[in-house]
Amino acid sequence: MALHREHELHTRRWSRNLGVGLTLFAFIALVFGLTIAKVQRGDQMQAYDHSYRAEIDGETQAPAGSD
Amino acid sequence: MSDIQADISRTGRSGDASFGDYVQLLKPRVMSLVVFTALVGLLVAPVQLHPIESLAVIIFIALGGGASGALNMWWDADIDRVMKRTSNRPIPNGSVEPGEALALGLGLSGMSVVMLGLASNWLAAGLLAFTIFFYAVIYTMWLKRSTPQNIVIGGAAGAFPPMIGWVAATGSISLEAVLMFTLVFMWTPPHFWALALFMNSDYSKAKVPMLTVTHGRKVTRTHILVYTVALIPVAIGAAFTSIGGPIYLAIAVILNALFLIGAWRIWRRPEERAEADKYSVEKRFFALSLAYLFGHFAAFMIEAMPLADRFAASIGWSF
Repeated sequence: MALHREHELHTRRWSRNLGVGLTLFAFIALVFGLTIAKVQRGDQMQAYDHSYRAEIDGETQAPAGSD
Repeated sequence: MSDIQADISRTGRSGDASFGDYVQLLKPRVMSLVVFTALVGLLVAPVQLHPIESLAVIIFIALGGGASGALNMWWDADIDRVMKRTSNRPIPNGSVEPGEALALGLGLSGMSVVMLGLASNWLAAGLLAFTIFFYAVIYTMWLKRSTPQNIVIGGAAGAFPPMIGWVAATGSISLEAVLMFTLVFMWTPPHFWALALFMNSDYSKAKVPMLTVTHGRKVTRTHILVYTVALIPVAIGAAFTSIGGPIYLAIAVILNALFLIGAWRIWRRPEERAEADKYSVEKRFFALSLAYLFGHFAAFMIEAMPLADRFAASIGWSF
């Protein structure tokens, strides 16, 4: 009988596990929301990714209308 | 059977802290001030972030503040045990192991700084990292136990959040951000010294060199008045920047007048009278100091609303 009784220790462990679980879930939701917000706003989607890419470098592009 | 029974009925709490104990490690009351001032810094900035970005920025600044609180509790566990006000914190009361507090503090510090950098910009993240370092290392490990000016210099850590909020939105440090920083920085000494006046025995027992312990109460009372006088131009001056305005000015004048009267009363009070009425004036001044800071930052927020702009224009406010 004593083995099945809910001890204060179990309540504490349960609260900790639940708290950590909810915190992790909230963190995932926040990072997901942040990603959506940044993508929707049209932030820079490309980077130099190991090799130089002239098309994303504003300085090397020829000014519009100049031949 | 009896062995198992004896084991599960043990009341020792080491290693089995509840979630609330970990939350206590992050100093939620201090965190609420950090959240509020950082939120104001973010909202009054001329650049508006996406609401989710703003939420993320506030959460990561709060986590950084909480992390420095956990590191502070880890380092200060010995003096927290001695002081009545702090003896029930998670480490002194045995619910959290010191190593757990250290791990939580370091882990959250790294995570909050990196995430703030990704959510906003790396200048804001750098300022948050510096704030954590300043509070945990410069204030907690060095100044707190070595100089009676601990509160003055250490106050910088609490003054950074509105600046970080501003920088997260704008990407740069401007006069307004510096003014918000200075307001909190100059407000901190009178606020904490008022507390020290009626909690003096705690600091004496813990051998923390608070000004009340090293230089006595009369000197502390004078310091409160001097810092209050020095605070007033900063608080009033903010009215004439882009984050201030006529509504802010009206609120600031009232709050500063009350604060000055309070500091004056503290200064001219003999110690015997303070002891006789159980430091009622000092306690009132301490409560007023909380309202003072809240009032100023709430006024900044009011001034950021479009209605305040229309009101300023209608009365010909041209700053």
